[in-house]
Amino acid sequence: MSGLGPLLQRGNMLVCCGSGGVGKTTIAASLAVAGARAGLRACVVTIDPARRLADALGLETLPNVAHRVPLDLSDGLPSGELWALMLDPKSTFDALVERYAESPDQAQRILDNRLYRNISGALSGTQEYMAAEKLYELAEEGRFDLLVVDTPPSRNALDFLEAPARLTRFLDNRLFRLVVAPARSYLKAVSMAAQAFVRTVAKVVGAEVVDDAVAFFQAFEGMEEGFRDRAERVDRLLGGDGTAFVLVASARKDTVAEAIYFTDRLVEMGKSPQALVANRLHPRFGRDGSESLTDLAASDRARADSLGEDTPLGALYANLAEFRQVAEREDEVLATLVEKVSPAPVCRVPYLEGDVSDLQSLERVAQILTA
Amino acid sequence: MSAAAFLRQARVVIVIGKGGVGKTTVSAALARAASLAGIDSLVVEIEGKGGLASAFEYPGELDYRETVLHPGDASKGEGEVRGRTLRADEALVEYLEEHAMGRLSKRLLSAGAVDVVATAVPGIKDILVLGKVKQLEREHPAELIILDAPASGHAISFLAGAGSLLDAVRAGPIRAQAQDVVDLLTDPNRSQVLIVTLAEEMPVNEAAEVAAAVEDQVGAHLGPVVVNAVYPKRESLPRDTPAAALAEQNSIHLRPGEAEALDAAAKSRHGRNELQERHLRRLRELLPLPQVELPFLFTASIGGRELDRLAVSMAAALEALD
Ligand SMILES: Nc1ncnc2c1ncn2[C@@H]1O[C@H](COP(=O)(O)OP(=O)(O)OP(=O)(O)O)[C@@H](O)[C@H]1O
Ligand SMILES: Nc1ncnc2c1ncn2[C@@H]1O[C@H](COP(=O)(O)OP(=O)(O)OP(=O)(O)O)[C@@H](O)[C@H]1O
Ligand SMILES: [Mg+2]
Ligand SMILES: [Mg+2]
Repeated sequence: MSGLGPLLQRGNMLVCCGSGGVGKTTIAASLAVAGARAGLRACVVTIDPARRLADALGLETLPNVAHRVPLDLSDGLPSGELWALMLDPKSTFDALVERYAESPDQAQRILDNRLYRNISGALSGTQEYMAAEKLYELAEEGRFDLLVVDTPPSRNALDFLEAPARLTRFLDNRLFRLVVAPARSYLKAVSMAAQAFVRTVAKVVGAEVVDDAVAFFQAFEGMEEGFRDRAERVDRLLGGDGTAFVLVASARKDTVAEAIYFTDRLVEMGKSPQALVANRLHPRFGRDGSESLTDLAASDRARADSLGEDTPLGALYANLAEFRQVAEREDEVLATLVEKVSPAPVCRVPYLEGDVSDLQSLERVAQILTA
Repeated sequence: MSAAAFLRQARVVIVIGKGGVGKTTVSAALARAASLAGIDSLVVEIEGKGGLASAFEYPGELDYRETVLHPGDASKGEGEVRGRTLRADEALVEYLEEHAMGRLSKRLLSAGAVDVVATAVPGIKDILVLGKVKQLEREHPAELIILDAPASGHAISFLAGAGSLLDAVRAGPIRAQAQDVVDLLTDPNRSQVLIVTLAEEMPVNEAAEVAAAVEDQVGAHLGPVVVNAVYPKRESLPRDTPAAALAEQNSIHLRPGEAEALDAAAKSRHGRNELQERHLRRLRELLPLPQVELPFLFTASIGGRELDRLAVSMAAALEALD
């Protein structure tokens, strides 16, 4: 097995990252299928899958609980197990609150707070953090050989790396301290600014909102330590050797630019992407590699022009030239990224007609990923 | 209807759709179509990724200051296209500063003051962004304002936020702001919403869902659905005659593998055309709105020339509407 095959090893965790809509959920599910096919007990943690994929994975019911997904093994190949879990960020967060609260009463006060109830939906970074948290939990449990985690549909791939810090900063409630803590003299000016700020916010959006916020941070007092400690362990797991980042990109300038940026940040953290999946590419037709796509497209174009595009043969050439032109543009767009992630393997997944929304098509993608 | 008449129907056009379907490209093409019809426009990008600038071959990055993206050829009576960004975080900070104590201190910002407000009042950023659009509409009465909205999923909460805030907040400046936004969104003479989609499974389903939500939850007026990147049909592309036979007729010598490549590419093209056709039909059934199709361009990435082609297609499609 080659392609991404070597990543499918007992004890590994694969994190699928990429810009919005590039195919993270699809690739994550396919990698888990590939893992199962390689004889492992593989579990995919998905986030917000398209409805038909969720149905195919049997995820329409309980979130946050791993389900066994039956694979059709009629081909007689040896196989492990496929499991799938749909992340529910809110209840993952609730469980964390319950774990770190000093008393059930404190937990309840937080869970009932209106600001807290908004966090999962409104504070960016929360979903990303909870995905990492769930991964940590599953890794600790050790029930699975291979964990594949999908990352949330955020705008930027980078959110996954930066979100935990953003959330911990939020929960560190420095603003709250500035507002209520007896100001040390050198902080006095800031503290007064903070209080003025809070008063204005109250004027603009209503006093209840501010009361909720203050009540939330009051309730949270004492729990930051536990949270921070947990976040550090999650961070260590993500930075560890068993974790491989699989970068998913489409052949679009903006998603490639983002993937490059993401790679740079990973490298700063002392990691690097372990694989690149270039997804939804146009098909490549009859190319033995000796001629460049540019030359081929140009000669096809010339043929089409001399025959006339409205003749059957001319139309065949014109059509082939168009496909080669797109393929050329895709290769061009991907070139810098391919070089950047080198020597990590690059896997090209074509655009599959229909949609990748059932087990059969996931198996097809799985085969392409490991071919 | 002439393209000009369509473009003068409402002063603000809000372009929404799933990530990557072509919202930015369509916004740019619409602006250029307006320019060709002699109408000035301002394109406002909310989550700028540089696509707008590169479609107009503008060398820099856009920011909150308005920039000329295309001067328009005055001798041909063309209008000007300008662009700017309008980031949600900036809109929130700006609003708080206007209503608060002047510049927010760095310290407060880094203590997460803005995050706390945005979390405590979900949707506040969206309302402030749209409130700013309303202000732009007032400042530029003669212009078409094209809003390149965030990816949907998000799009409905983006548009419906003001309405839900009205239910939740009784009084105060933010309520007044939300009321202004609702007024803008529900007046068909002031704004219309264009849904951009692709002729594919999920995007079609999403477009239908989003359309229903825009009407029911936002009460906004829907313009035609823009179906982007439709593979143009090649009428003369043979279906059953293999390339080898045609080559023989034309006494053309094919290189090894060439016949197979030509045939496979033709099969793929027909397959795509048919698949898209099916999804276009499905879209018509699910969503009884006029459709505007824009061609998939095989050429290198979208720059000025490609944009002009899309603008011309857009104008022609708009003219074909009743
Ligand atoms: N190779 C492929 N060929 C055809 N369709 C594909 C392919 N890969 C993904 N898709 C389709 O593209 C759509 C988006 O894929 P997916 O949901 O996996 O992306 P994502 O990166 O998880 O998106 P988000 O950022 O919104 O979570 C889905 O409808 C999926 O079925
Ligand atoms: N008609 C078309 N033909 C060929 N390529 C296109 C066409 N429309 C858009 N594209 C290309 O598809 C990509 C996505 O388009 P665009 O950036 O406009 O989408 P978007 O919906 O604004 O994306 P996002 O949700 O990321 O903001 C770009 O690389 C663009 O150049
Ligand atoms: Mg996804
Ligand atoms: Mg865009």
